[in-house]
Amino acid sequence: MQDVYIAIIILWAFLFMYAIAGSIDFGAGFWAMYYRKRTDTKAASIANRYLSPSWEVTNVFLVLLVVALVSFFPGAAATLGTLMIVPFCLVLFLLTIRSAFMVYSYSVQKYTNMLVIISGITGLLIPALLISILPAAIGGFVEVVGDRQYVLIDQLFTSPTFYTHLGFGLSTELFLSALLLSDYAKEAGSEETYHVYRRNAIILGPITLSFAVGAILTLIPEAFWMFENMANEWLLFTLSLLAFSIGYSALWWPTKKFGVGRPRVAVLLIALQFGLASFAYGSAHMPYFLYPDVTIYDAFTNEVMFHLLLIGYGIGMAILIPVFIWFWRLFMKDKRYLKQESTH
Amino acid sequence: MDNVMLARMIFGTSIAFHIIFATLGVGITLMILVAEIMRIIRKDEDYGTLAKRWTKGVAILLGVAIPSGTIVAVMLSLLWPGFMEIVGQVIALPFQVEIFAFFLEALFLSIYIYAADRLSPTMRIVSVFFVALGATASAVLITNAHAWMNTPRGFDLVNGQVANVNPLAAVNNPSFYVTSLHVVGSAYMTGAFVLASVAAYKLFRGGLTEREVTYHRKGLTLSLAIGLIMSVYTMNNGHDTAIMLHEHIPVKLAAAEGLFETQANAPLAIMGTPDPEAGRVVGGIEIPGMLSWLATGSTDGVVRGLYDYPQDEWPPLFVHTLFNVMVGIGSALFGLAVIFWALWFFRRKTNKPYPKWLLAGLVASGPLAMIGIETGWIFSCTGRQPWTIYGIQRTSEAATNSGNLGMLFFLFVSLYVVLLVLTGLVMHYYFNRNPVSKELQIMS
Ligand code: HDD
Ligand code: HEM
Ligand code: HEM
Repeated sequence: MQDVYIAIIILWAFLFMYAIAGSIDFGAGFWAMYYRKRTDTKAASIANRYLSPSWEVTNVFLVLLVVALVSFFPGAAATLGTLMIVPFCLVLFLLTIRSAFMVYSYSVQKYTNMLVIISGITGLLIPALLISILPAAIGGFVEVVGDRQYVLIDQLFTSPTFYTHLGFGLSTELFLSALLLSDYAKEAGSEETYHVYRRNAIILGPITLSFAVGAILTLIPEAFWMFENMANEWLLFTLSLLAFSIGYSALWWPTKKFGVGRPRVAVLLIALQFGLASFAYGSAHMPYFLYPDVTIYDAFTNEVMFHLLLIGYGIGMAILIPVFIWFWRLFMKDKRYLKQESTH
Repeated sequence: MDNVMLARMIFGTSIAFHIIFATLGVGITLMILVAEIMRIIRKDEDYGTLAKRWTKGVAILLGVAIPSGTIVAVMLSLLWPGFMEIVGQVIALPFQVEIFAFFLEALFLSIYIYAADRLSPTMRIVSVFFVALGATASAVLITNAHAWMNTPRGFDLVNGQVANVNPLAAVNNPSFYVTSLHVVGSAYMTGAFVLASVAAYKLFRGGLTEREVTYHRKGLTLSLAIGLIMSVYTMNNGHDTAIMLHEHIPVKLAAAEGLFETQANAPLAIMGTPDPEAGRVVGGIEIPGMLSWLATGSTDGVVRGLYDYPQDEWPPLFVHTLFNVMVGIGSALFGLAVIFWALWFFRRKTNKPYPKWLLAGLVASGPLAMIGIETGWIFSCTGRQPWTIYGIQRTSEAATNSGNLGMLFFLFVSLYVVLLVLTGLVMHYYFNRNPVSKELQIMS
């Protein structure tokens, strides 16, 4: 395989990891807000407990993604950066407020209510802003005047594909986080909460699927080239649909604990589905970063740098994976953490 | 205002904001590690209490360091796309390795904070050790990129295209070792003096029980032990940094010292304003031969002056003041620490309280150290002007040509102001609500 494809696959893998971790993180923020007034379930406190130790790590994934983009594809980073300066800066702005309040409320209980609202609202806005980059990158929304490039904001906002992408991003986020939280609640032994999140997942599954189909169909008038490429990826899309169906059905599989549903299986299969579909979407996008000006070949770094980076990622991952596993056990598995009564 | 100026303002403010929290993140985690070790050596739970309370503070500070760092990292690509195109091809390694340092720090910090009650004492030390290691490594790695901007190596620019790339030569650039040692040393120094400030403030205000006085004295001596070592080290290593400038970026040293004529027996000018018409520093104190002696080891050494360079390659001349402030603060803090230890030595048999004037000086030491960090960095970055990559890429070539920067400047500055105020309030509120007297009582 050509180096440039190895690079783009690694980049996709990081994007995928951040998309999953971020969805769950931001989604948990939304659910904590949504259920903050309910005293009959632990839905809010379970979401918060998941959130507390995880946001810092999720944030590093974002930085990882940006650094990988700049170092593998310096040319693309420059163009994307110039075009996306406003949405990116808004994301940074919101992210900072969110993270700061996360720590404030851990130290001062007085802020907890405000935190919950801030992290709920930013939990919807940040992914929405991030996903708006996708339709902008399929082209047709960029105008070049002299040596300056502009995003045609008005055309972007009036195009249906923008809204289907947006709907897809938000529903995926809420769907994935509801699934994970149902699993987390099950691990914590909270039956009530488990059923709350399971029901949310059941409702959101079909909505997510419809938005996905809608996003693809609305691409036809905007970017026919991409639609054609997608048709060639039919196998991946079919597999993805299959993973979705099995994963979704796992919510009804019988189990001993709480009677119905295997959320762990569902989370893994839906993540797989998401991975397959995003890989297919990405492949259809190739070789363009930004249609029609920036291709991955133009933007690629040099071979020497590429090989050193590859070695770097190898060594780094080998050192970090054991720490990740320890981390996972401390916060996802350890009953003493999951079951504590007071929330921090 | 033009785009380049706005981009510089946005980036400068953002990074000046990040550095406050980042430096403390590096410096205070070292102090926590030292306290955890002292607790085992001395078998004294007071050090455990110090470590616990400092950790509380650091958790809040890093909570702002992390998102503000994310801001600067992303802004680097947004505001300086021309610069990042070269960075991506030549000096991507430190940025990449830094990610792993961040992971290390974030993971172990969460473990140390949220799982402290489930860790054995050894595992606690191991966790803080990795937090401190991760923080220090982030500082060293980012300084690697910064040092490369000052002394770029490992590539050629052929018709505007990057060629003959050697990433390891870029990493191994000549100013890296001395600069990163200076950055880490000054960060440790700042962490120590900030904590000394807090303890000195408590002792200065008075109204403490016997027990609290003992506790705060332990905090003060521990901080000033590290503070003294690090200030000696930072001054010494700052001298090496100046020699590095003399060898590699003489124009920056000339601007720092306000030296216009290339000469042997060059004088050291303290304060005053460099005047390009007069060709010398007006209103300052001059020590003849001193600059030559500092830079070359002999008063006969020749030091290059600004007139050797075309005027459009001069950095802004106010960097002279920034440099003087940094060096002045370094000397003052060293002096304070020496006085403290001298007093400590002569009074070690008695139990007299420290004199008020000394405590007052120590209260000021933390903020002063922070000013040292800010002026040092702004000196280093502004002193590089008009270059972003010294001798290779001008700042105007690095900058974005996107519109909307004015609005973004306003947005981010207000964000920083709000966060500074809120972080202060949160700290104040938390430590007032949980005074150390409560923790000391529970222990005894
Ligand atoms: C508490 C902070 C502090 C203190 C007391 C000092 N420094 Fe410093 N200095 C820094 C904090 C700092 C810094 C913020 O960390 C800088 C900015 C960039 C860098 O490499 O380190 C720096 C840069 C810096 C540079 C420029 C390096 C460059 O541009 O590449 C020189 C020549 C010195 N220092 C020299 C000194 C001397 C002779 C000192 C004697 C007392 C001194 N510093 C004290
Ligand atoms: C020498 C000056 C600097 C020092 C000492 C420093 C140190 C630190 C520290 C201690 C943290 C907290 C890390 C954590 O807990 O994960 C941090 C965060 C961060 N810094 Fe800086 N930093 C400096 C300059 C910069 C610069 C110039 C950049 C941008 C290129 C940058 C990018 C970041 C990023 C992206 C983060 C967030 C990492 C995360 O998500 O955890 N830093 N920095
Ligand atoms: C952390 C403390 C730092 C502070 C307070 C700081 C401050 C500044 C300031 C004030 C400017 C604007 C300069 C001017 O226009 O006069 C600037 C520019 C810049 N700095 Fe730094 N800086 C810091 C560290 C770094 C580091 C570690 C890097 C390396 C990655 C870096 C990279 C840059 C770049 C790329 C620019 C823009 C281009 C230029 O003006 O040359 N800075 N910085």
